[in-house]
Amino acid sequence: MSDHQEPSSSSVLVEDARPRRRYGTLARFWSQRQAKVGVVLTVIVLLFAIFGPLLVPWATGFTATEFVGRPFQPDGLFGTDNLGRDIWSRFLAGGLRLIVYAVLATALGLVLGLGLGMLAAYLGGRLDSLIMRGNDVLLAIPQLVVALLAVTVLGPKGWVLVTVIGITHAPRIARVVRSATLDVINEDYIRVAQMYAMPRRRILMREVMPNITGPVAVEAGLRLTYSIGAIASLSFLGLGIQPPAADWGLMINENRIALSLQPAGVLLPVTAIAVLTIGTNLIADAIAQASANPNVGGR
Amino acid sequence: MIGRTIGKRLAVSVVILFVVSMLIFFATLLLPGDPAQAILGQQATPERIAAIHEQMNLDEPAWKRYLLWLAGIVHGDFGVSVATAQPVAELIGERVGASLVLMVSAALIAVPAGILIGIYSALRRGRPADSAITGISLVLAALPEFVVGIALVTLFSTTVFQVLPAVTMQPPGTKVWDFPEQLVLPVAVLVLVVTPYIARMMRATMLEVLDSGYVEMARLKGVPERQVILRHALPHAIGPVAQVIAIQLAWMAGGVVVVEFLFRYPGLGQALIDAVKYRDVMVVVAITLIIATVYIAVNLIADIIGIMANPKLRTGGGE
Repeated sequence: MSDHQEPSSSSVLVEDARPRRRYGTLARFWSQRQAKVGVVLTVIVLLFAIFGPLLVPWATGFTATEFVGRPFQPDGLFGTDNLGRDIWSRFLAGGLRLIVYAVLATALGLVLGLGLGMLAAYLGGRLDSLIMRGNDVLLAIPQLVVALLAVTVLGPKGWVLVTVIGITHAPRIARVVRSATLDVINEDYIRVAQMYAMPRRRILMREVMPNITGPVAVEAGLRLTYSIGAIASLSFLGLGIQPPAADWGLMINENRIALSLQPAGVLLPVTAIAVLTIGTNLIADAIAQASANPNVGGR
Repeated sequence: MIGRTIGKRLAVSVVILFVVSMLIFFATLLLPGDPAQAILGQQATPERIAAIHEQMNLDEPAWKRYLLWLAGIVHGDFGVSVATAQPVAELIGERVGASLVLMVSAALIAVPAGILIGIYSALRRGRPADSAITGISLVLAALPEFVVGIALVTLFSTTVFQVLPAVTMQPPGTKVWDFPEQLVLPVAVLVLVVTPYIARMMRATMLEVLDSGYVEMARLKGVPERQVILRHALPHAIGPVAQVIAIQLAWMAGGVVVVEFLFRYPGLGQALIDAVKYRDVMVVVAITLIIATVYIAVNLIADIIGIMANPKLRTGGGE
C-alpha cells in the first residue's frame, strides 16, 4: 500500500518516519482547498441528478405522446421549452442518464486501460510494442470523431455511446498505467513475488495495482470529466441521448434557438454541466497534487 | 543521425495513417443496408441498383473495394454522397478551407498566448497572479467546448451584450473571411479551450527548468535575468511544450466539429454532423480520414520539433 516513489536513501526515510501511506494520501488530498470545492460542486450536481427525477413537479418528457403545450411560455418556475414542456421538470429529470453513461464509460476505459497498460509494461517485448502501436492508431483519430463514426454505423444508442467513449479512453489510460507500472516493476517486492513463483495475474492484481493507484486515480478523475463532456457534447449535437428523453445536453440543443427569449432552457443545463465538470476536474487535480508531492520532490 | 530519426518517425506516421484508413473503411462495413438502395430510394428499379453497384464496385469483395477506395482518394476522388448523389470531394472542397481558417486563427492566438501566460505564471510562482492563472485554467480546462461557446454567446450576442453575431451567415459566392466579425466567437471558443493546457504545461516545464543546474549556473555567472530566461531556460522548456501544443492543435481538428455546429459555421465539422445525421457514409468516412490526417500530421511536426529541440532525443527512444 505504500507510495510507488518509496524513497530508498536513509536520510529521506528518517524524514518520512511519521504516519503516511494510504491515510496520508487521503489527508493530503482533503487538505487542499480545491479538493473541498471540487467535492462540494460535484455533490451538488449529483444530488440534483439523482434525486431530481423523484421531485419532478410535472411528469413530462418521458414519452413521445405526452401533452405538448405552447413553446417558450413563462409558465411554471422557469417556463416551457421548445415543445411546451416544463423546463424545471426536464432539468430535474435530465442529469441522471448523462452521469450514469459517463461513469460506465470511464469504468470501461479504466478496466481496458489498466489491463492493457499493465500487460504491456509487465510482459514487455513484442506484446508491449504491439499494444502501444495499437494505441497509436486509436490515438490518431480525435475521440469525438471516433464517436461520430460509431454513431453513424451503429446508431445513437446508449450502449454505443458508453462503449465508444470507454474504448477511446483506454489507450490514453493505458499509456499512463504502462509508465506507472514500469516505475514499480523493478522494485524488490515484485522481485520477491516473482521468486516465490506467484502467478502473473496475482502479481499484477496484488502487487502492481495497489502501487499505481495514485496515477490511476488521477486518470479516473480526468477521464470522468472528459466522459461527461463527450457524452454531453454528443447529445448537444443531437447524436447522443435521443428525444424525447430529458437530458441536459439535448435540452441545450432543443432550446438554444430561444436563448434570448427563454434563457433558462439553455442556461440551467449548461450551468449544471459546467459545475459538474469543474468539480470532477478539481478533484482530479487535487488527487494529482496529493499523490505527486508526498514530501519528496520529483515526479 | 537526426535525419534518420526523423525519417523513422515519418515512416511510423505513414503506417499509422494507412492502418487508420483501413479501420475507418472496414468500420463502415458494419452498416446495415445497401448503399445503392439508400441513394436511389424505395422506388429504385433493380436495373438502376445494379448500375450503382457497378459504379461503386459494391459487388467486389471488401478488400478490393478498400483498395479501389484508397486509390480513388490518392487521385482526389472520395466517392459519391448517399444523401445528395454528389461527388464527396465537391461537397468537402470549400469546407476544408473554412475549417482551416478557424483552426489556424485559433492556433496563431492560442500558442503565443499560452506560452506567454505560462512563462509569466512560472516567474510569478506562488503569488496571487500565478494562483489566479492556475485556477482559471483549471476551470477552463474542465469545460466542454460547447459550454464555453454558449457562455460566450450569452455574454456577447444575446442576453448581456449584443455586439457579436451568434451564427455565421455566408451568402453564396462569398468566403468566410469576408465577415471577420463572424469569426470572433468561434475562434474565441477554440482559443479559450486550448490555451489553458498550453499555459499549464509551459508553467510546469518552465518551473522545472528554472530549478535546474544550468539556470542556476547562468545566474551565478551574473547573466542578466532576462537573458537567463530567454537564452538559457526557454529553449529547454520548448521541447516538451511542443508536444502539448501539438496535442492541443490536433485536438482542435475534433473540437472544431462542435464549435462549427454551435455557430452554424460552414466548415468540415458541420458537414460531418449533417452526414452522420443522414448516415451518409462516404462523407463521414472522407471527413474522418481528413481529420485523422491533420491530427497525425500535427503530431508528426511536433515530434520533429521535439527531436530537433532536444539533443537527448536524437538517439531515439523517447517515451
